[in-house]
Amino acid sequence: MKIRNNALAGIALAAALGLAACGSSATPPAATGSASGDAKPTGEITVYNAQHESLTKEWVDAFTAETGVKVTLRNGEDPEMAQQIIQEGQASPADVFLTENSPAMAQVENAGLFADVDKATTEQVPAEFRPSTNKWTGIAARSTVLAYDKTKLSEDKLPKSMLDLAKPEWKGKWGASPSGADFQAIVAALLELKGEAAAEEWLKAMKENAKDYKGNSAAMKAVNAGDVEAALIYHYYYFGDQAKTGENSKNVGQYYFKNQDPGAFLSVSGGGVLKSSKNAAAAQAFLKFITGKKGQEVLQQGTSFEYAIASDIPSNDKLVPIKDLQAPKVDPAKLNSEKVTELMNTAGLL
Amino acid sequence: MTTDLVAPEISGSTTTAGRGKRPRPPFGFSAIAIVAVLIALFSLLPLGYVVFMTGATGWDTAVALIFRARVGELLLNTVLLIAITVPLCLILGVGGAWLVERTKLRGRKFWAVLLAAPLAIPAFVNSYAWVSAVPSLEGLWSGVLIAALSYFPLVYIPAAATLSRLDPAIEQSAASLGLGAWRVFFRVVLPQLRIAMTGGALLVSLHLLAEYGAFAMIRFDTFTTAIMVQYRSTFNGTAGNMLASVLVFFCLILLLVEVRGRGSARYARVGSGAQARALRLPLHAYQLPAQLSLLALIALAFGLPLVFVLRWTVAGGAGIWAADEFLPALLQTLVYGLAGAVVTTAVAFPMAYLAVRHPSWFSKALELSNYVTSSMPGIVVGLAFVTVSIRLVPGVYQSAGVLIAAYVLLFLPRALVNIRSGLSQAPKELDEAAQALGKPPLQSFIRVTLRLTAPAAAGGAALVFLAIVNELTATLLLSPNGTRTLATEFWSKSSEIDYAGAAPYALLMILLSAPMTYLLFQQSKKVAGQ
Repeated sequence: MKIRNNALAGIALAAALGLAACGSSATPPAATGSASGDAKPTGEITVYNAQHESLTKEWVDAFTAETGVKVTLRNGEDPEMAQQIIQEGQASPADVFLTENSPAMAQVENAGLFADVDKATTEQVPAEFRPSTNKWTGIAARSTVLAYDKTKLSEDKLPKSMLDLAKPEWKGKWGASPSGADFQAIVAALLELKGEAAAEEWLKAMKENAKDYKGNSAAMKAVNAGDVEAALIYHYYYFGDQAKTGENSKNVGQYYFKNQDPGAFLSVSGGGVLKSSKNAAAAQAFLKFITGKKGQEVLQQGTSFEYAIASDIPSNDKLVPIKDLQAPKVDPAKLNSEKVTELMNTAGLL
Repeated sequence: MTTDLVAPEISGSTTTAGRGKRPRPPFGFSAIAIVAVLIALFSLLPLGYVVFMTGATGWDTAVALIFRARVGELLLNTVLLIAITVPLCLILGVGGAWLVERTKLRGRKFWAVLLAAPLAIPAFVNSYAWVSAVPSLEGLWSGVLIAALSYFPLVYIPAAATLSRLDPAIEQSAASLGLGAWRVFFRVVLPQLRIAMTGGALLVSLHLLAEYGAFAMIRFDTFTTAIMVQYRSTFNGTAGNMLASVLVFFCLILLLVEVRGRGSARYARVGSGAQARALRLPLHAYQLPAQLSLLALIALAFGLPLVFVLRWTVAGGAGIWAADEFLPALLQTLVYGLAGAVVTTAVAFPMAYLAVRHPSWFSKALELSNYVTSSMPGIVVGLAFVTVSIRLVPGVYQSAGVLIAAYVLLFLPRALVNIRSGLSQAPKELDEAAQALGKPPLQSFIRVTLRLTAPAAAGGAALVFLAIVNELTATLLLSPNGTRTLATEFWSKSSEIDYAGAAPYALLMILLSAPMTYLLFQQSKKVAGQ
């Protein structure tokens, strides 16, 4: 009967909204807490989540269990949600924004929409994983990797640098997911490290050489199935699949470029609190929670296999430690996603 | 995406007004007209949005974004997809309809329903099943395969409905003049199927333009998938809007082609007397090949997806039925489906009423405006609503109402066609008789006309419900925070290659769609005579 009542309520609601849909998603105004972070957070918050839904769900469940704060998620992709927040401006329903990569964070920061992150939170995060402005903070990290078909290739046959994937011998042999924020972050790092001309040239070659998959999971699956010999993705898809059934990664090896190569880029996932948040206290508390011990333990012990970066929690011991990755130094605040989209449009990848 | 199986052939019942004091209609013509005009204007919103955005972009930018190599690729993909898939659907649909309706095919009652059954499987579920079966599927030919298997029923249903009502006298005359069975089919039967075929071909083409999930899964890029990519990269950036304007242009061209293709010939019988039953052709040696080809078609279009959905469901075990995930999704889908169906039916009523009781150029224009809108892909309607609500009416932004309004626009014709046929079977005279017996106008309208129209309206509402359950693109763009439907949940799981986790959602969508599809099949037989 519950369903029926709900359905009736739905019809009544729709009728009330009427044709022109006059009415708004009325969420009761949550208690406005002080942004000092010492008050006990209450009420509810809305998180615009571009991180993997499963990871954020782990964080949210643990946070709600601890504080009682109800969290509503809206899921999307990094750049999409960044733009959405910018267009929504002061009226944005979002209290917190979480991403997989830094460029989208920089976009929202440049639009002046982030509040300062509480000091209690930034103290938990090492300086290299957050911008000096303190407008947002790193929450996790992911390493670029070349997933390759170990039934066909051995490490010595693999390119020394990510840039070598532009060479003709790689034509039709590698894949990626250019439409995803993940890959666009790698391109942003390339742009930052090697300049516009080099990035443009590399993208042109990519249009010729690479196969376009919808999502990193699909790209790894293609390597496993022998459709392509390698795919430029992030490190944790392999571990996630191995932890489940391994059916999409049994033929896959993981190759780290190292040597400060653009292909060794370590992408910092970010979290920030919106200035327009109606419940800043709970929003700040959430950010503090996920960068705190319990939040980082979710990374260490959960099913995400992303790197833990804060509160001195070590990453999952299956992963190559961050210090061995020899990632290039890139300031996360400098990653320019608008330029990347433009270059990728020009190259015909989007 | 629309699946109304009958294009609005603008018909009106002509009734002669009696002399003497005229009974009053239940509502003033003007009140109904105002409502209908408002609805029509509202329904032109997506089109207006695209035109406005293209204008606002500025000529140079627009040209740079429209005339680039990538758009050329997409154009080629889309044109080839339509050019190959539509004829395939016509062959499968008309061939199947002819076997079922005009030959002594064994088990034809059973085949008649089964040929409509693939409609109960959303195209993106079909794609998911095929990718599970053949992981290397990608590109144009895979797109053609999946689209043809998913959409041929859109041709089959109207073709079968028309065939079952054709007057066999013409065929008999042709046969008596010495034409063989094949030549009778090509020279007499096929021309009479023209309306069903052009209508079906248009529907298939519009679906091909609007489909997102099925093609994204097999790495086949069309305008809709590219717009989605742009949306994911820029929210609603200029490049995506320009692609949308090209897509809309495409849809309008298709509508025009269909109108030209439909022709203006009359196919109705004139004169008194009952129509004879058509003779069925004995198949003799062809019985077995016919059975086998139908079996193969249904196995690929219906059997395979069903088997793989069930296989994943079993492989996933009990763990995939996480009640806290799929129950809310099921509930929200039902609520949106019901609310959308009710509102759409309510909105369709004044338009249908005008078309039937006051047919004129005016009511035709209203219907046409809506017909154009419903041909717009969900992604365009979604983009338009996001932009308009965020910039002009922030109060309704991200509300359930906006999503329901989008559903109304997308699926209005389904309700319209049904209510119109229901209304035209409820003669005005009955209403007038009730008034003559002393009932006030409004009461007699409710007690007579509304009651007579109710079954048809319910049928229309069911079709809208079916469409909403399987809608993906507009729902992805417009759903309020925290909203999940079966379709969006299925999509998010399958995008992560969690095929087992996606299976319960696919199964639920199929289970919800099956009875509605059967209803659609039953109704098509009735509507074809209108």
